[in-house]
Amino acid sequence: MSATLAVLTRELRLALRSGGGAGLGLAFFLIVVMLIPFGVGPVPSLLAQIAPGTLWIAALLACLLSLDRLFQADFEDGTLDILALSPMPLEGLVAIKAFAHWITTGLPLVVAAPILGVTLNLPESAYWWLVISLAVGTPALSFLGAIGAALTVGIRRGGLLLSLLVLPLYIPTLIFGAKCVTAASEGVEVMPAFLLLAGVTLLTLALTPFAAAAALRMHMR
Amino acid sequence: MSIWEFANPVRFMRLTGKVLPWITALAIACLAIGLIWGFFFTPEAINFGSTVKIIYIHVPAATFAINAWALMFVASMIWLVRRHHVSALVARAAAPVGMVMTLIALITGAIWGEPMWGTYWEWDPRLTSFLVLFVFYLGYMALWEAIDEPDKAADLTSVLAMVGTVFAVISRYAVNFWNQGLHQGASLSLDKEEHVADVYYIPLLFALAGFFLLFLALVFLRTRTEIRARRIKALQLQEAN
Repeated sequence: MSATLAVLTRELRLALRSGGGAGLGLAFFLIVVMLIPFGVGPVPSLLAQIAPGTLWIAALLACLLSLDRLFQADFEDGTLDILALSPMPLEGLVAIKAFAHWITTGLPLVVAAPILGVTLNLPESAYWWLVISLAVGTPALSFLGAIGAALTVGIRRGGLLLSLLVLPLYIPTLIFGAKCVTAASEGVEVMPAFLLLAGVTLLTLALTPFAAAAALRMHMR
Repeated sequence: MSIWEFANPVRFMRLTGKVLPWITALAIACLAIGLIWGFFFTPEAINFGSTVKIIYIHVPAATFAINAWALMFVASMIWLVRRHHVSALVARAAAPVGMVMTLIALITGAIWGEPMWGTYWEWDPRLTSFLVLFVFYLGYMALWEAIDEPDKAADLTSVLAMVGTVFAVISRYAVNFWNQGLHQGASLSLDKEEHVADVYYIPLLFALAGFFLLFLALVFLRTRTEIRARRIKALQLQEAN
């Protein structure tokens, strides 16, 4: 337990103290959302209609932005080898790292999303579901990202490859997450989409540490 | 005699070397029969006119677009469990073939869609799923290219094939859910084969057999090329030392 906490605090400390960390993803989220009205025009009804999808896609991209740092630095300076030799299973380590990534990237987005929702004229009924769906869905983004980050860890300029590998995996989460918010803003039954979103997240949390750890072991062999 | 004996590259090369010309010839014959019969000797359908004839390319291409991924999944699993190099190379060889089949299915679908639905593209669940499959192929191939060490590349792409399969299937059903919410009951989806009359069905079977043999021939050919490329590399390394 103490090892888990030690790794978690280390991850959080590194994320918060090394150049922008959490703030960077949040700033990116703000910029993407801000660009949308420039692209589609400042029509309130149109913005209200596309707000759920826009917020979800912006969150997804912001999450993607910081993924390449997930294992890269530790891999380069040898920390990852030492951590892999420790009694803690590599799967657990991957899960903690992905969880730390979520705390520093996903969680700020969950808090910031309703505020940006106001600027996009998001219908009032959708705010709670926006927060809930992001809170439930963004962990899946971090954990799926861990697979991509683990696969591309030793590769020079793997950033673009990482996006190509990870973004298709985000499709189910994006569909169900955005559908939650859209359904709420239209006053339709939200639960089916929400339960499917929660299901995808749970599946992701259960499976991805094993896949990502396997990929990391292949890189360290 | 077990199937695993063909995991030996030498045996694999010997067997495929013998059967490859036959498979190729049979593929050409089947495709010729299926396509010529289909294009010139079937009547025009009442609702579709002559556009129905694109079915002889569209349906087989779509079938093997999916089956190529299934082959990659099985071959990757065999590589992870039993570490037969031929298996990993088959997975690698199948990817570009599957990708091209996906592309053919998408393009012929678009060409067919224009006269039938009045649009080249519609975010119908089936079309969207194929686009997703196409992206999965691209990612898989890009990962193979990005890693220099052959065994490590085989390992990592195998993991991607496992994860990709799970998420490609989930995406398929997620896309169904997504579109049902937008259009009530996707009326554009075509359960073609169930509706196809016998006149069209028999040439279609020939075309399917032809595409299957063509797929097999291409995968064998590409695998053989990969094995030879590895041998050349090994020889070069020997000379250098």
